[in-house]
This record gives sequence, structure tokens and C-alpha cells, in this order.
Amino acid sequence: MLGTTVILAFRAINRHKLRSFLTTLGIIIGVAAVVTMVTLGNGATAAVREQISSLGANVLQLRPGQGFGRGGGGPRPPDFKPADLTAIENQLTGVRAVAPVVQSSGTAIYEGNNWSTTVYGTTSAYSEVQQWKVQDGRLFLPDEEEAGKSVCIIGNTVRTNLFQGAEPVGKRMRIKGVSCQVVGVLATRGQGGFGDQDDVVVMPIKFVQRRFTGDRDISQIMVAVDDAYDSATVQSSLEELMRERRKIKAGDQDNFNVFDTKQISDTLTGTTTILTQIVGAVAAISLLVGGIGIMNIMLVSVTERTREIGIRLAIGAVAREVLMQFLVEAIVLSCLGGLIGLFLALIASVAIAPLMQVPFLFDVKVNAIAFLFSAAIGVVFGYFPARRAAALNPIDALRHE
Amino acid sequence: MSVNPIISLRGVTKVYGEGPTAFQALKGVDLDIQQGDFVAVMGPSGSGKSTTMNILGCLDVPTGGTYLFKGHHVETLDRDQRALLRRRYLGFVFQGFNLLSRTTALENVELPLLYRGEDKKLRYDMGMAALDKVGLKDWWDHTPAELSGGQQQRVAIARAIVTQPDVLVADEPTGNLDSQRSIEIMELLTDLNRNSGITVLMVTHEPDMAAYARTIVHFRDGLVESIEEGVKA
Ligand SMILES: Nc1ncnc2c1ncn2[C@@H]1O[C@H](COP(=O)(O)OP(=O)(O)OP(=O)(O)O)[C@@H](O)[C@H]1O
Ligand SMILES: [Mg+2]
Repeated sequence: MLGTTVILAFRAINRHKLRSFLTTLGIIIGVAAVVTMVTLGNGATAAVREQISSLGANVLQLRPGQGFGRGGGGPRPPDFKPADLTAIENQLTGVRAVAPVVQSSGTAIYEGNNWSTTVYGTTSAYSEVQQWKVQDGRLFLPDEEEAGKSVCIIGNTVRTNLFQGAEPVGKRMRIKGVSCQVVGVLATRGQGGFGDQDDVVVMPIKFVQRRFTGDRDISQIMVAVDDAYDSATVQSSLEELMRERRKIKAGDQDNFNVFDTKQISDTLTGTTTILTQIVGAVAAISLLVGGIGIMNIMLVSVTERTREIGIRLAIGAVAREVLMQFLVEAIVLSCLGGLIGLFLALIASVAIAPLMQVPFLFDVKVNAIAFLFSAAIGVVFGYFPARRAAALNPIDALRHE
Repeated sequence: MSVNPIISLRGVTKVYGEGPTAFQALKGVDLDIQQGDFVAVMGPSGSGKSTTMNILGCLDVPTGGTYLFKGHHVETLDRDQRALLRRRYLGFVFQGFNLLSRTTALENVELPLLYRGEDKKLRYDMGMAALDKVGLKDWWDHTPAELSGGQQQRVAIARAIVTQPDVLVADEPTGNLDSQRSIEIMELLTDLNRNSGITVLMVTHEPDMAAYARTIVHFRDGLVESIEEGVKA
């Protein structure tokens, strides 16, 4: 009996191609919309996570001042001293790596090419804190750091603009009027939430302090928290230590701030997740509308096919068989629509993801759920009109015009 | 007359609708039909011919009375049981042909066999044999839209006889056809009745067509008015 109804269902689909196409169209659009939206949304979330982790996973940034938008006039709070760095390294538990940073902006010159960029003075620990990798060449050697030699590692943006096709490693360029030797090129990090992270020149901190800033002050200390420790705990002991070292009395406000990258990470990830959910919900509604479209066309087609149902019943079809035929038709159409929808979503996601600068992430679960949902819509929305068709009296059905 | 009629109606009534709009289409029909008979049913419009045929064909149930078909009390059967009776013993030909559109003649004819669960080869053989019997073997792959009215009705007859039914029920089979086509259909029905032993029940308004029958039943106002022997009896 199932074999018979399957044959009949396929014959009916084949004979009424336009009707079948219109029936599936709703599901195709619904499934394609849901899967594309969710896939791109997941890609966006992943991209945001990626950018955040490019800031360095779970890094505390220690800066002078009261943080963004706080503290007004008064004298500028003092920078940190090398002794602060040593204290953090030696007295704080739960720290994976500590890197001092001094920033300075200036122009780099190589064979007549100029490029305005940011100079970071830091130590090799920086690469550990920020998880930066060197793509060509090498990191600083201990003696270069110790002596504050004039060596630098450049980001890819600097490489492109300054060296244009030439191989930079081993070359000498000028930065802020001082000659320095390029020893390495950083692996591309892309557009972070904080500007082009490849537009940098990294030099030993001692060199930057001696030649550019003129003192031994440190403007920022990056503290990478050991994964085994809670960053909030480490943060409060860091604050405790700094209050002590900077002699802030109980009740007085801090003249420094600690910024936890995990917070932005959590906030941004949360936001994109919510966005994905909203977009997914909108798309799910379109899937539902597609399902109602199927039901509509099924209802219309039952009305249109009432005489046909009458003929089938008259020549001896049992109501169950007519019901089965309509059900199989509905399931086949919605599964087919689901598959086409998944395929279109795949094409659309692969095409759109690079335009949005997000990675394409194929999510088996999303695809499976959308497909099963479209099949379920076929069963549900195919069943009710089919039941109506099968319940008809053959005489009434035959008389139907 | 033999003692065991294939069809036996006793006091059959049919009421359409309920309450004040209820209409009694049959008022107590008694009728026996013998196996192998060719019966023409005549009578004025609205006298209950189609209503009776639908009950005889197990398409509808009487409101009152009893209907014995091959020993089955049809009035006690449910929808599915009646569908199975139709599938096994009955074939239908309608005034409006009632073929499936966009479906070839052969597929139309094969349809009852599909519901019987016959395999592909048998469906094809029996379908082609039935089309051959109505003279449309060469038209097997034409859809109804590509066939004339007479041809469509012959496809409908092929579909009705493909299961080798005991009884063929035909409600005004020539109602939509010109006289030449009508004669061809009547000759076909006569042949099926004579040579295949199929009992034929046919409604008609035309005495010329009724003349092919062995028994003529006259209806009036929901009752059998008279039964006469046909010229061919
Ligand atoms: N489904 C129905 N609902 C209500 N009344 C009906 C229904 N079917 C038939 N009738 C009524 O029952 C009566 C008998 O109808 P029936 O179709 O049996 O007549 P008939 O003898 O076949 O007429 P005709 O020669 O015009 O085909 C008519 O008055 C008709 O209006
Ligand atoms: Mg009638």
C-alpha cells in the first residue's frame, strides 16, 4: 500500500509541476533564510571572538589614570616605574606573563617611502601576552633587549607600505630619524576592535625609552592571567598591589585603572549571540510563513482536486490511501524544498561571508534542524488538508466542480 | 427469474439533508437484479435514478431499508468496507467521464489495479487488454485532453472493466455524446454484457439507448413505477 501511494504521490507531483514548485517555494525561501542567517551570524560571532582573542586572551591592561571617561582635571597621574613591573612579576600569583609597553608615534622611512605608524616599545614577553607570532625572521634576542639595541619587528601593513614587494628582514629602515634593523615580520592579525593591528613597529622597550621618550617610565603594563586562575581575583590583587605601591590611602580613588579584556570579550560575544538569535528568530518566522504557504496551496489543491479524490474513492481507494497520498506528496515536497533551501543557503553563505569579512562556518546542527523542521511542516500542514480530502463522500467529491 | 439475485433492494429510502430542508429522494424502493442482466433505468429528472445507482454502486448508503449485494448487507458496512466492495466487484462509468486529467489513458485504466496492489507487469498487460477491448489500444499514451468525448468514455469503460467486475454501473454514459458515439458505447456495453458476463446497470433518458437493455426499470417520484422486458430480452 505504501508503494502504491508513493507512486501516486510522485505522479501527482510530476503532473503538476507549477503547483509543486509553488508549494516548495515557501519552504525553500524559509529554510534558505534561516540557515543563511544563522550561519552568517555564527560566523560573525566567531569573527568577533577571533578579534577579541587577538587582543590577547584574558589580559589585564594596567594604565595610569582613572580609566575611560573618568577623572577630570588635576595633574596627570604618574606612569609606572620598572620597579612596578618587577613587583608584579614577583609578587602577583596567577600571572602567566607580564609585558611593559611604551607607545610613541612616528614616521618610518625606507628608500624614499614614508609611513606614519605607531612604535611599541616592549619586551619579548609581549608576544606571549598578546599571542603574537612572528611570520618571518625572529623575536628580539635577550641581549638586544638588555642593551636596547636598534632592532625592530614590523607589522604587515608597515611591510606593505614601506617595503612594497621587497623582503624587509635584515634591511635597515629609519624610524623617527633613527636607523634600525628589521629582524622580523608579525603574522597578520587583521582589523581588531581597536584599529589596524598590523600597523605597528615593535622595538625593545629600552631603546624606545632611551631614544624617544627620554625616561624609564612605562605607560602601560599588560598582565596575562594564567588560565588556571580567575581573572577577577588576579585583577583585585593587582589593584591591591598598585594601591600599595602608589601609596593611595584608604578611601582615596585609584590613580590607575585595570581593564580586563575578558569583559569586552564577554560583552561582545553576548551581543553577537543575541543578534544571531534575533536574526534567527526573524528567519524562523519566514520558515513558518513558508509552512503556512504549503498548507494554503495544499488546501487549494485539495479543493481543486476534489473531483480527482472522488474518482479515486469511487474506483475503490480507501480513505487511508488517499490520505497517505497527500501526506507523501506534502512530505516529499517539503523535504525537497528543505534540501534545495539548504543548498541555496550553502551557496549564499559561502558567497556573502567574505563580503561581511566573517568566516564561513558550516553548522551541521543548524542544517539538520532546519531540514527536520521543514519535513515536520510538510507532515503537519500536509496532514490537515489531506484529512479533509480523505473524509469526503465520493459522491459529493465527484459532484464538485 | 432465478432465485438468487445479485442485487436486492427492500424498502430502500433516501433522505437528503435534515430538518425543514430535508428531502426524501427515495420513498421505499424494492428491486431485484439478476446476475448477467442488462438493466436500463429510466424516468423523469429528479425521480431518484442517480440516487438509486449510487446506492447500488455502494457509493452511498440508504437512509432506510436493506440492500443485499452478493449476500453482503451493504447498509451495515462502513466506508472502507464499501470501498473494498467497489474495488472487487464494481466498475463505474459516469456521464462526465471522470478521467484524471494530465494522465495517459493507460495510467487511468491502470489506476484501479494500483489500488488492488497489482504489480507493474500485470497492470500493463491488463490495462492494455482493457484498452484493446474498447478499441483504443493505439491511444494508450494520450491524455484525456487529446481524446474525443467518445474516446474518453471508452477509456472510462476500460477503467471500469479492467478489474473484471461483476457489475458495471453507468449513470447516463451517453449523456454527453452524439448519437453515433452513443451507439458505439451501447454496442460496447452490450458486448461486455453478452461476452464477459458483466451485469450492466445503466441510467438513460433515451429510449433508443434503453432499447439495448434486457430489463427496463421506470422510476417516478422516488419509487419504482414499473419494470418491463426490453426488446433485446
Ligand atoms: N446531495 C443531495 N442533496 C440534496 N438533494 C439531493 C442530493 N442529490 C439528489 N438530491 C435530490 O434528490 C432528488 C433525486 O435526485 P437524483 O439525482 O437521484 O435524480 P435523477 O433521477 O438522477 O435525475 P436526473 O435525471 O436529472 O439525473 C432530486 O430532487 C435532487 O434534487
Ligand atoms: Mg441523475
